Amino acid sequence: MITYTDHRKKSLRQRLRSRKGQQAIIIFAFMFIPLLLLFLFTYFPFAEMFKFSFYKMKYTGTRTYVGLDNYKEVFENKQIFSSLKLCLYYMAGSIVQLVIALYLATMLSFKTKGGNIFKGFMFFPFLINGIAIGFIFKFFYTRGFVFDTVLQWCGFNLENLPFWLRTQGLNNVSLVGTSVWRYFGQNMVLFIGAIMSVDAEMYEAAELDGANKFQQFMHIILPSIKTIVTLNIILSITGSLSAFEPPYVITNGGNGTATYFVVMNRIAHTNQKVGLASAMAIVLLMIIFTATILQKLFFKFAFRNANAEDEVVTSKKRRRNKVSKKQKEAV
Amino acid sequence: MAAKRRKHYGVGQISAIFIKYFSLVFFSFVAVIPIVSCVITAFKTDAEYQSTNVMTLPENWLNFDNFISAFKMANMGRAFLNSTIVLVCVLIGSILIGTQLAYVLNRFNFLGNALIRNLFLFASLLPGVAMQISVYNIMQQLGFINHLYGYIIMMMGTDVISIYIFIQFMENISVSLDESAIIDGASYMQIYWKIMLPLLRPAIVTSMILKGVSTYNEYYSANLYLQRPELRTVAISLYSFTGPLGSRYNLICAGVIISLLPALFVFIICQKQIYNGITAGAVKG
Repeated sequence: MITYTDHRKKSLRQRLRSRKGQQAIIIFAFMFIPLLLLFLFTYFPFAEMFKFSFYKMKYTGTRTYVGLDNYKEVFENKQIFSSLKLCLYYMAGSIVQLVIALYLATMLSFKTKGGNIFKGFMFFPFLINGIAIGFIFKFFYTRGFVFDTVLQWCGFNLENLPFWLRTQGLNNVSLVGTSVWRYFGQNMVLFIGAIMSVDAEMYEAAELDGANKFQQFMHIILPSIKTIVTLNIILSITGSLSAFEPPYVITNGGNGTATYFVVMNRIAHTNQKVGLASAMAIVLLMIIFTATILQKLFFKFAFRNANAEDEVVTSKKRRRNKVSKKQKEAV
Repeated sequence: MAAKRRKHYGVGQISAIFIKYFSLVFFSFVAVIPIVSCVITAFKTDAEYQSTNVMTLPENWLNFDNFISAFKMANMGRAFLNSTIVLVCVLIGSILIGTQLAYVLNRFNFLGNALIRNLFLFASLLPGVAMQISVYNIMQQLGFINHLYGYIIMMMGTDVISIYIFIQFMENISVSLDESAIIDGASYMQIYWKIMLPLLRPAIVTSMILKGVSTYNEYYSANLYLQRPELRTVAISLYSFTGPLGSRYNLICAGVIISLLPALFVFIICQKQIYNGITAGAVKG
């Protein structure tokens, strides 16, 4: 009996070993194309971009090596560096967006009449393509058109209303508004998904204990979606550094709405100063990576205490259990 | 029972319910009003558009003239054909590539497995707009510009989210299935093709919808690499409304609505899968 199973195991192992070669073939065959595409369209261009940033060049024609001149220009050119400031608008917008999404997700995670319809309405903007959004909002913000009309319904006077896309400063707020409009539903769906993963019995138990909705939110919902909220905060900050779409499709960067990437895009594809644009891209990537790492460290630090407390509690529980077990045994 | 409960509602609870539904209605209104205004305008004749307020309802809801002329003007028939070709090729390609890569990464332990996963993850952190500066150069050297196949090949590449959806899903497919197939003498290719692919179907549907929506809506690279008018996809066919039309928004809105219809259609049919995809895609972080 024993020899039989041994024999079987061996033969299986042998078979597997004979498959080593096959394994290597399948690994190679299945990874060749994805890796080729990854290197061709991501890592190779990335390396190229790094190289370009030291040259003065167009897409075609001669290249001259200029050392760090492009980087100097990124920091010295006022237009370029001031465009980075616009990311503050987008950062504020993304915080507003997260708060709205979290609020609505909490509302919808309790029993709601017509919940799916509300959800669908608020989510749909996420599925619209960028160019269409550009047209929709050019139309929406035009003087005397949709937005002004809705405000007039609310009792505002058209003469007191500003030009939403022309007034400097305000136009950035309008643009950020479109981005909030587009993504708050998607964020909401994300949060609903996270909230739904909480055990429903928790709510029942909390209700029996007399916890109101707000307490349920603070002590059950919020802790369980902590990670996904944190992740979204990190994403939204890096996202606002690389804000591009709203100004690109709606104002084309006019009237002081040109974010860093819009300026970069213009320099690369309209002015064809490829070296300078590459340097801009590299600088922004550096900033994004630093910001991401700093935030990760910050959140690790901020949550460290909470986690430590949890551990203390569980270890105490464990000890208590052990003690009670020992006591039982003793009895 | 319900009646009894209703009696016990206090003022606080009633106002809480009021606030809840008020905010839901308010934000739904905010989400929908820009689109609704477009629909309203798309049905108006030129004279009507110029003489009435944008939010005044059109006289004739069956006036499809704008849709027809927008469709012709932007050559949207051709654009839909192009978008369909791109969609079908990109979806088939990226599903095959993604499932194969996920299969190898999930089932085999080899040197560099973790490294490759990280390479894909890191790639997703690089903002696409910045990368196009040098990708443009490469596309030019490969002769991929102004060819649908060039754009398709580029779009099939970097797609971390679906790879992660596949890997996550595969972790729940028991390895003993593979093992018993091996004992029965199946090759790895057969295991992938006959066991993995069919079992992965839910994950494939999810990633197809996500990838499909993002491909259909992609306009930045399409605009860079498909410059000839006859190659335009639906998303960039809308560009033909920028120059000569100026502000004939009744026509433009009709074009916008036409371009939204496929997304709306898919959304109504596959709501659940889309929501699942959104949540699944986020977990990978």
